[in-house]
Amino acid sequence: MNITMTLNGKKISAEIEADTLLIDFVRDHGCYSVKRGCETSNCGLCTVFLDEKPVLSCSVLAARADGRTVTTLEGLQEEAKEFGAFIADQGAEQCGFCNPGFIMNALALFRENEYPEEEEIREYLAGNLCRCSGYEGQLRGIQAFLAWKKEKSGKESEKS
Amino acid sequence: MKYVNQPVRKKDAMQLVTGQPVYVDDIAPKDCLIVKLLRSPYANAMVTSVNKAAAMKVDGIEAIYTWEDIPQDGRRYTQAGQTYPEPSPYDRLLIDRHVRFVGDVVAIVAGRDEKCVDKALKLIKVQYEVLEPLLDFRKAKDNPILVHPEENWESLVPVGADNRRNLCAHDETGSGDIEEVLKNSEIVIDRVYHTKACQQTMMETFRTFCTIDTYGRLNVVSSTQIVFHCRRIISNALHIPKTMIRVSKPRIGGGFGAKQTSVSEVYPAYVTWMTKKPSKIIFSREESMIASTPRHEMEIHVRVGADKNGIVNGIDMYTLSNTGAYGEHGPTTVGLSGHKSIPLYGKAKAFRFVSDVVYTNHMSAGAYRGYGATQGLFAVESAVNELAAKLHMDPFEIREKNIVREGDVMPAYYGQVNTSCALDRCLTRVKEMIGWEEKYPVRDMGNGKVRAVGMGMAMQGSGITSVDVGSATIKVNDDGFYTLSIGAADMGTGCDTILAQIAAEVLECSVEEIIVLGADTDSSPYDSGSYASSTTYVTGKAVEQCALKIREQICKLGAGLLKCPENEVVFDGKSVRREGVGQDFAGQVSLTDIATASMCGNEIALEATVTNSSPLSPPPFMVGAAEVEVDLETGEAKVINYAAAVDCGTPVNPNLARVQAEGGILQGIGMALTENITYNAQGKLAENSLMQYKIPTRIDIGHICVEFESSYEDAGPFGAKSIGEVVINTPLPAVSDAIFNATGTRFYELPITPEKIAMAVAEREKEQA
Repeated sequence: MNITMTLNGKKISAEIEADTLLIDFVRDHGCYSVKRGCETSNCGLCTVFLDEKPVLSCSVLAARADGRTVTTLEGLQEEAKEFGAFIADQGAEQCGFCNPGFIMNALALFRENEYPEEEEIREYLAGNLCRCSGYEGQLRGIQAFLAWKKEKSGKESEKS
Repeated sequence: MKYVNQPVRKKDAMQLVTGQPVYVDDIAPKDCLIVKLLRSPYANAMVTSVNKAAAMKVDGIEAIYTWEDIPQDGRRYTQAGQTYPEPSPYDRLLIDRHVRFVGDVVAIVAGRDEKCVDKALKLIKVQYEVLEPLLDFRKAKDNPILVHPEENWESLVPVGADNRRNLCAHDETGSGDIEEVLKNSEIVIDRVYHTKACQQTMMETFRTFCTIDTYGRLNVVSSTQIVFHCRRIISNALHIPKTMIRVSKPRIGGGFGAKQTSVSEVYPAYVTWMTKKPSKIIFSREESMIASTPRHEMEIHVRVGADKNGIVNGIDMYTLSNTGAYGEHGPTTVGLSGHKSIPLYGKAKAFRFVSDVVYTNHMSAGAYRGYGATQGLFAVESAVNELAAKLHMDPFEIREKNIVREGDVMPAYYGQVNTSCALDRCLTRVKEMIGWEEKYPVRDMGNGKVRAVGMGMAMQGSGITSVDVGSATIKVNDDGFYTLSIGAADMGTGCDTILAQIAAEVLECSVEEIIVLGADTDSSPYDSGSYASSTTYVTGKAVEQCALKIREQICKLGAGLLKCPENEVVFDGKSVRREGVGQDFAGQVSLTDIATASMCGNEIALEATVTNSSPLSPPPFMVGAAEVEVDLETGEAKVINYAAAVDCGTPVNPNLARVQAEGGILQGIGMALTENITYNAQGKLAENSLMQYKIPTRIDIGHICVEFESSYEDAGPFGAKSIGEVVINTPLPAVSDAIFNATGTRFYELPITPEKIAMAVAEREKEQA
């Protein structure tokens, strides 16, 4: 079957098998940031945005993205750099394999809830597993990022 | 120090957080044959026939290999990444007619895409002669069922192995008269502890791709911690010369010891060698759970003898270790259960440590962070916690009375001297950090929940004494930047960065001016690999010494350019100056000019290689304390606070060392509370996905707080010891003792699940009623 979607801002059209998973589709289209850590929707590594909502691309058929917008970390490089730098400054990226899914979901969190509390952060990201960091460094990184963002927006509103 | 002991950002950090394609499956050629394995549904069986005719007819299938393609009388091999001759027995064939666990390899299938390979896997018809499996490791020794009855089984090292007895290893060691000491002890804690075959569960499963290179050689790119050992293992498995094999690793998505064993490499290696076509294998999570290389299940019988003041007089330990179907890391992991737990008690007058490692029809065990020390420390530290409770003594107080001190000889640690040790300071610090005085032993929160605390100590090693080898090559490039080549493998731990920090410190340049390259058997200097907590201490020292050597070379060439004797010049990282000439411009030459001069009419190599090995393995030490909230109704236990102090000598990069510690602690907590392994009566593992095998999520843990109490290890680079493994050990006894303080019940088997806690609480209530 043929599907059409907007992948990272680019309109693409492709022939797929009915059972093609979204994760395999986007990887086939060069979005290698999307990783597979399990086959049971437990790890969160394959998180992408489907029409701005984070979904597990291992559990979504590519056909379901027909006519819709799909965003991977490749399409959010500036945001990934801005936020990722705070994770890097904790050394919490470690092996990096869970990073794209975790960062996608963190960016989704910030869009829904600009300044989440600690418990909200934990709840929202509970489905993003990481075996290296013990999560503590990721939490420090998120909180440092939020503090920086708050300070920056404070400065900007002072200026205006 | 300018670069060492600084929280430098990891050199690859921004590439990783922006999701760049740097892992095996991202860079594998797109035309790779897909390799998958047909696995045995039986725990013990002989393959009588394989009919692959229908499967071969599937469009796109390139090859199917079975035991009939592999000489069954050929030399066996081990997948363990260890220095040759490996202590692990040579007990494997690439495909063995005798399958020994549920998941053992029956056939290798290679085809154009996943779809055709999956289809072919279903069409292969295998007939088995099903044999009775040996599943209880307590009954394995001298059992009539032999896991390895074959004649060509081989043990290269005298480790007490005997395949006719299901023995992978046996050892007895000791010092002093333990029986006499225990007889004269006023109190003896005599207990048996059981830990399971927990999974490393790195987020990136096992994976490898292979191609044939320009010279007709097999080029293996794998997610491995051990490129050099891997080359030997592939050579042994395929029976092809090492000259024909190159192994390298890109970024690794976590290892924790799992990738110290060649779990996936040999299969695509064989396919590519036979077909001369590129191929790759990507293990599914299920395969990574059922057919990999988890921790050795151990049952440890400990007797701790003490006087009534709490002085530990002697420790007697018997460890029974389950290596599963194959012996990877069996003979060596077991040693750490005693040698890296007993030495913590510096006043002991005697010890005895006896061990058996047995084969069973479980999946093969292997190397997992902590490597046996984790299991041993759970036993010894839990026993000492019980001893403290029996004596109505605070667990910290009993440690303060007993711990090994700097300068002590450690009889159970191969007689080595404790050259650097801040264990005493770690104890003091953790007691404050967790708020022990206010919280010990337990507080009723008035809502059906109680909060209790528990603690434990740990040690590990820094590399394998006189075995592990670390090397570094540094060369000076145009403009005076450096290339540092290493054979150690950064698996996310940050060794590329910390080794560059060490080099930068010596070379007085920025970390950015050091390019790190590794690991590749064709181009890297030899390194045993990244395991056994060796990289910082062993390879780090090689880097330090290599940087000193390249300084000499720079001075030599600089002196030549200045036309003066070498001993009259100094190098400050930017230029070589003639001493005594002061600021006189004519008396100095910049590194850039020296580098440029090295490329024209020059005979002095601006490249140096240093290899290091250490006669010592200085232990890092650690103390950890857990505050656990237990819901007495449901049995749910959650670690709400974990405090730890680590003595890893100088932390080369405090950020990375801290995250190592935090990550290791949470793995230990998972092992204590949720990560279970259960085999059914047919030898099938239940926990075959992340749905069943519950590693902690971020809502399963409160806060982990880590501090450093550093000693200074003279033999290490800038005083550093190891960090990677010691960090997983303390949560097991600490969480377990906190649960005792919460419920009044001691648990001797991990994990301590809510069911176990709820049942124990109910039992106690019944008794009290």
